[in-house]
Amino acid sequence: MRTSMPDGSTEFVIPSDLGQAHCVQDAIEIQLKECHFDDKEIFGIRLALEEAIVNAMKHGNQMDPAKKVHVRFRVLPERIDVGVTDEGPGYDPGDVPDPLADENLERPCGRGLFLIQHYMTEVMVHPPGNRLTMSKVRVKPHLNGDKPHKGLNGDTPH
Amino acid sequence: MSTPGRRSRLEVEDNGEIAIVNFIDRKILDEQNIQKIGEDLFSLIDQYDRKKILLNFINVEYLSSAALGKFITLNKKVQAKNGKLVMCHINEDIYEVFEITRLDRLFNIQKDEQSALQAFSA
Repeated sequence: MRTSMPDGSTEFVIPSDLGQAHCVQDAIEIQLKECHFDDKEIFGIRLALEEAIVNAMKHGNQMDPAKKVHVRFRVLPERIDVGVTDEGPGYDPGDVPDPLADENLERPCGRGLFLIQHYMTEVMVHPPGNRLTMSKVRVKPHLNGDKPHKGLNGDTPH
Repeated sequence: MSTPGRRSRLEVEDNGEIAIVNFIDRKILDEQNIQKIGEDLFSLIDQYDRKKILLNFINVEYLSSAALGKFITLNKKVQAKNGKLVMCHINEDIYEVFEITRLDRLFNIQKDEQSALQAFSA
């Protein structure tokens, strides 16, 4: 289900089906291209989206098809804001082992949140840990001198 | 050598003892495809007893952390058989993923297929 929100954002509510996750990513990628995000930016955002949505479906909803993932996003020329919410109990990001530690380097999992934090400029996991918001604020100056837009939480970029 | 499965997401070519693996998909993102890729890669070792594996990423534009996990497990399996895993033709964006996760230290990554083949005799 796709809904346009009053603040200009779009929300998808999808079952825990990885195929549907890619439909959401494709829709976001179209808007990124319309706003002239470059290929490198799109690569990082797409990877962050993949990791966030897969985490929500696998670890949050345990791939339960009855549980939904809510993906809300807004793309502007100077930034993208995304919120991903699952119907799981949540988790404490502090419990995720450091994937860069020598002893964890050969662990086959546990890099998703790290990659999101690398490729996005603002990332928050909201208590109880079933909602993640992330933004990519572009370094290019605002073309028309407007004030920066607020994120989906109403927060201004740092 | 025949490919590991009819619906394989891989193309496997023999070069002496070395199995050269090309990925069919440009995006190694889809969980089911990653699962299949993992099974096919592991079968090279477990079923076909290959010990020298070259992964050529020339077709690959995207991959996720789930794919990295499969390559880590593959590397462990190869090392357990005293074999060698080498990678090549990793594009700039994907190489950055390996760098930031420090996996560039774990894997033997070469620029192109020729230098990757030479790396097996090093």
